[in-house]
Amino acid sequence: MPEARVITAGAAIREALDLALDKHPESYVMGEGVADPGGIFGTTTGLVEKYGASRVVEMPVAENGLTGIAIGSALMGRRPIMTHQRVDFALLCLEQLFNTAAKSHYVTNGAHRVPMTVRLIIGRGWGQGPQHSQSLETLFAYIPGLKVVMPSTPADFKGLLLGAIADDNPVIFLEHRWLHYVKGAVAEGYAAMALDGPRRIHDGRDVTIVASSYMTLEARRAAVALASRGCHADVFDLRMLRPLKLDEIIASVRRTGKLVVCDTGWKILGPGAEIVAQIVEQAFDALKRAPIRLGLPDHPTPSSLALAEVYYPDSTHIIDAVAGLCDLGEGDITSARQEVLDARKGVPIDKPDPAFEGPF
Amino acid sequence: MLRDMLRIRVAEEEIANRYSQQKMRCPVHLSIGQEAVAVGVSHALQDGDQIVSTHRCHAHYLAKGGNLTAMLAELLGKETGCCGGRGGSMHLFDLAAGVLLSLPIVGASIPVGVGAALAFQQEQKPNVAVIYLGDASLEEGVYHESANFAALKKLPVIFVCENNLYSVYTALKDRQPSRVLTDLGSAHGLHAVHLDGNDVRAVNDAAAIAVNRARSGDGPSFLLADTYRWREHCGPNYDNTLGYRTVAEFEHWRARDPIAVLQRELLSLGDVTERDIEAMLAGFRSEVEAAFSAAEAAPMPNPVTVARGIYA
Ligand SMILES: Cc1ncc(C[n+]2csc(CCOP(=O)(O)OP(=O)(O)O)c2C)c(N)n1
Ligand SMILES: [Mg+2]
Repeated sequence: MPEARVITAGAAIREALDLALDKHPESYVMGEGVADPGGIFGTTTGLVEKYGASRVVEMPVAENGLTGIAIGSALMGRRPIMTHQRVDFALLCLEQLFNTAAKSHYVTNGAHRVPMTVRLIIGRGWGQGPQHSQSLETLFAYIPGLKVVMPSTPADFKGLLLGAIADDNPVIFLEHRWLHYVKGAVAEGYAAMALDGPRRIHDGRDVTIVASSYMTLEARRAAVALASRGCHADVFDLRMLRPLKLDEIIASVRRTGKLVVCDTGWKILGPGAEIVAQIVEQAFDALKRAPIRLGLPDHPTPSSLALAEVYYPDSTHIIDAVAGLCDLGEGDITSARQEVLDARKGVPIDKPDPAFEGPF
Repeated sequence: MLRDMLRIRVAEEEIANRYSQQKMRCPVHLSIGQEAVAVGVSHALQDGDQIVSTHRCHAHYLAKGGNLTAMLAELLGKETGCCGGRGGSMHLFDLAAGVLLSLPIVGASIPVGVGAALAFQQEQKPNVAVIYLGDASLEEGVYHESANFAALKKLPVIFVCENNLYSVYTALKDRQPSRVLTDLGSAHGLHAVHLDGNDVRAVNDAAAIAVNRARSGDGPSFLLADTYRWREHCGPNYDNTLGYRTVAEFEHWRARDPIAVLQRELLSLGDVTERDIEAMLAGFRSEVEAAFSAAEAAPMPNPVTVARGIYA
């Protein structure tokens, strides 16, 4: 077993790209800034020096065209790994991704393959405002033919990115910008993870909590605070939005009868809506209370800190939701909320949470 | 024009000076070094004309008469900001001044500017629309779609491309083949002119011709203005140590500071004196100081309003 070290998710991504470029000679990285001094927030730093400009391709500011070009190369057997510094910029690529990439295998009756990975970064904080911090996983997860990955731990960032690159389908790999800073144990060496389903990250029999990406951290924090007050949550990190495998989560709800889902993007029509729908369809009889969905409120992301402060849900909202479902006492609710608030150490909400450094 | 360039320079330098106080909690893309383009173009425009801009919109906004206090308040996230604190520095607009909008997605405002010109044409108004764009946006398909339509319909619109040689840290030569950039305008049928974007008079002359053509129904123009961004792509600092561009290149362009170029000329002609310039600077410093004070004194937006105004 290769040894695990504690590294950031950003470093884990870099390591995965390095290993993938080495393992798959047909792969190449392409994006605006992949070979620049910023190196996509450090996730591509040094790769151009090691693999050369034909495998680490700096690209013109032409997202739509270059997506089609990447797809064309993939049809010919190349394995492109495209990167966009924000999900919002990749909106220009949707036509090619949804129409060409997602459907080429199907429409050719299996003759074509699009072994392509698209890294998209979800922005947050520092007043970036309405067009630099959208969490649009729902858009991609809606499309049959795409796979959608949303990791939260450094080990998953590495393993799932390797899995995405090795996959012969177009895979959307959504990275929350703040997760880049999170530290955790990551094994050395090449080890692609299967693009399979959710993972249980906290045990409990009282309530089921499902979260993805950044909200997994908030859910874990809430679960820890709740556990020391006698309320035990079964917490799942969703990891994959498409394919969406809910068997384990449904089994959990059958035990707990209570469900909270936490989306990183907007609540309405978010992944949580689909999860609740499937659970209602398949485990209606097990539900003891109406499920609760958490997510962003139904308006664009405001820039001003004063407005952003009431925009992002966090572990206090999860505690409140669980408290309602599990009839927690006032004292426990107040102290659990205080515990998670204290962990923020007063850092304004437009800066990454210091308590989420890990390792987990 | 000297006054307007100095005013923008003073305002942006003060933003840079104060940025580390962390009261302006949003990204800022400074135009320091590129002021001549905005000022030269604006001086060829009239009331009712509209401009659209990009992430780097401060100079365009101010040169067109955008409200300084409302801009600073927006950077500070205040209720009195031009967007009520909702947009931040990359969404500046001022309806009274004819700053229709600014958008942070590269290329996104180009078709919107063409749309403004379409409205002028449909309503038979004598106005023109100006689209500010960076060199990188020429790589986006939407530029070509917009230019094609503008030329097809002979719309009263001017594409003002500021070629500052970079997109973030990536040089033009690493993004585009070596070619005559004005061909990207003329190939679509735009009246295309290449000019020194640090020479405010050259900019103004070319803009005046383009505006004239647009107003008299002769269709759209493409002005390619060579210039240079002095500070980092985003933020208040210098970043020449990063290695994506050389100090020699930076110094070459700084020696062609658009403000210094015009000042030297006006001084040698005797049109201004050193004392006039000092007086102007002092006036702008106190104006900017007062604008900052007013913006800082303004309230933050009330969180209960956060979900309002999603639909008209
Ligand atoms: C569609 C899209 N892609 C990428 C970005 C990221 N980005 C922001 S500014 C910028 C550079 C644009 O360069 P240019 O148009 O030359 O303007 P400059 O910054 O030099 O003024 C880039 C790539 C974006 N905002 N939108
Ligand atoms: Mg540029």
